[in-house]
Amino acid sequence: MMTQHAHQPVFLTGDEFSIPTFSLLSPEGELYSEADAPRLEKDHALRIYHAMLATRILDERMLAAQRQGRLSFYMQCTGEEAAVVGATAALDDADMIMAQYREQGALMYRGFSIDEFMNQLFGNELDYGKGRQMPIHYGSRKLHYMTISSPLATQIPQATGYAYGQKMAGDGHCTLTFFGEGAASEGDFHAALNMASVHQVPVIFFCRNNGYAISTPAAEQFAADGIAPRAFGYHMHVIRVDGNDILAVYEATRQARELAVERNQPVLIEAMTYRLAAHSSSDDPSGYRSKNEEEAWRAKDPLLRMQKWLLAKGWWSEDEEASKQESLRREVLDTMKRAEKRSPPPLDSLISDVYADVTPALQQQFDQLKQHIRRYPEAYPRGAKSLDLSVSTDADSQGGE
Amino acid sequence: MPTMNMLQAINNALDIAMAEDEKVICFGEDVGIFGGVFRATSHLQEKYGKARCFNTPLVEQGIIGFANGLAAQGSVPVAEIQFADYIFPAFDQIVNETAKFRYRSGDLFNVGGLTIRTPYGGGISGGLYHSQSPEAYFTHTPGLKVVVPRNPYQAKGLLLASIRDPDPVLFLEPKRLYRAAVGEVPEDDYQLPIGEAEITKEGSDITLVGWGAQMEVIGKAVELAEEQGINCEVIDLRSLLPWDADTVAESVLKTGRLVVSHEAPLTGGFAGEVAATIQARCFLYLESPIARVTGLDTPFPLVLEKEYLPDHLKIFEAIRESVNF
Repeated sequence: MMTQHAHQPVFLTGDEFSIPTFSLLSPEGELYSEADAPRLEKDHALRIYHAMLATRILDERMLAAQRQGRLSFYMQCTGEEAAVVGATAALDDADMIMAQYREQGALMYRGFSIDEFMNQLFGNELDYGKGRQMPIHYGSRKLHYMTISSPLATQIPQATGYAYGQKMAGDGHCTLTFFGEGAASEGDFHAALNMASVHQVPVIFFCRNNGYAISTPAAEQFAADGIAPRAFGYHMHVIRVDGNDILAVYEATRQARELAVERNQPVLIEAMTYRLAAHSSSDDPSGYRSKNEEEAWRAKDPLLRMQKWLLAKGWWSEDEEASKQESLRREVLDTMKRAEKRSPPPLDSLISDVYADVTPALQQQFDQLKQHIRRYPEAYPRGAKSLDLSVSTDADSQGGE
Repeated sequence: MPTMNMLQAINNALDIAMAEDEKVICFGEDVGIFGGVFRATSHLQEKYGKARCFNTPLVEQGIIGFANGLAAQGSVPVAEIQFADYIFPAFDQIVNETAKFRYRSGDLFNVGGLTIRTPYGGGISGGLYHSQSPEAYFTHTPGLKVVVPRNPYQAKGLLLASIRDPDPVLFLEPKRLYRAAVGEVPEDDYQLPIGEAEITKEGSDITLVGWGAQMEVIGKAVELAEEQGINCEVIDLRSLLPWDADTVAESVLKTGRLVVSHEAPLTGGFAGEVAATIQARCFLYLESPIARVTGLDTPFPLVLEKEYLPDHLKIFEAIRESVNF
């Protein structure tokens, strides 16, 4: 880059730039007059809508289940379905997704079944993660969705690395990583963007700016105009988009993917949205934000906005909406009953996967544990269950994709 | 005397420290108006203003780096890391900076005013990332002090001592007990000594050593053992760095037997340090091998948490084996 010289001191603050918010659909679900509708076939639009609706209903039901004490913990995607599903829908289904934890809509879009969601939520013997992680820590190798890790922002530099591998493999795929505006404060975020730019990596950094990191409002998270301006510091393409506008999110991500895959250009997308629900089932937002603020955002509900657009196009009807909601609710409840009745993962899932093979020292600890549980089976009902059924440690009834 | 749970006792200690010394500054993720995700800093912002109790951006390395600088300047930072599981982005700042500030500058500069508070430990269905006990990473770091209270009374007295200690302290709070542990706590200012263990129960047959939430578990095991006529001596280390080897050695010279228990995995755990020191000091007096009852050498599980944890039954069995050796 050419160095410009100035002979008087000039201090810049970044206010010289103004980053617009790309939007196509008004809150009433109408295309803005100056806007072009993205090319989106009816089937594709309905696949997107179904994923958003199913995510909304899954979240409603599972939060209720958590309140009933059937589930230890839950996190809702509510209010952010357009951001998550819209971005996913603009990718190839074999592109990698490395999410934070609130992006179940992406899995829903890719076809993760309600059974698969439930098995993880209840940590039963069919959970791919073998009951080791808290609810909502999904992962699916076949759907190209990296298993969630609770520590924030760790997935962002990993996405840069994964995408570099994809570029080396030359298979025309990219990685999209989701994270919140709070996680973008972590050092990992900055490292990830810098390396992606330096090494020309096909990765899309998708920031869900939903206004809050647990209780901390965006205004206490950063002083700048959101996350988007940070891209300039790394010489990276950036776009800010209305995260509650499904068409804008889809189109922005579709074009970002072209930059990534065709030109090896990383892209930062900042989706402006709102976490309508609490941070998690352990949180109560009434301590840090007003009902009025929540109501104002409820009026911008991304699901309703897309529904209005679909209805106006004649691609969807009130009757179809009612029957779809009804069948989804029934499926969620039926599936939940099945999943919670299943056995926990077998006792030896405690020691598998620490390494590729169980070490002799760990095996010894495990043998002592089995001996102990045989002495007090009633004190360890979960562990005793598989131990009583099968003394042999080879019998592994664990779930796998 | 008022009754408080551990969170109230911690909140009370912070309140006293902030009222007494305007250099005391509390910060971390969500600690401001919300009062922290566990509410340990409730009302402190209201009372002392946003300049002395505030939310930070979500960046642990930044929180501790900032705290190091603030302490070097002469302020008294009390930094909160929301969960001990999330302390690792700050590991470099703690291990390479906090712990070595005084030494590397020949005492030109120090960060002795710093206290890092963080909730640790399992038993709350928290899985891999809301359950860990990372004390041994830090006890391997000369220059730090590591303190772990077992109940509300201890929490208040040890936290006040930590804040006023001339060296940086990592204060690990057993979050399982935050609301579960309730007890009498004086309203007034008091301190408990860092580096001194406490014998919480005297006995003659065997010594049990632990810290933090594990003390409650040891207590249950001791009840079972006493029913069988085994007379147990129980010691709460309270402080792991420095740790009070004298009190433990004196006890083991009397009982001839020792069980050490912690939630963290066996290998490289702090129980190994206790066992090595005590076998050196009490070798000819030992009646049985020193036993360690700990978590397994695996990441912290979720569904099989109960099986993983060193519970009272596992400790009771270790006591029996030791006595019947």
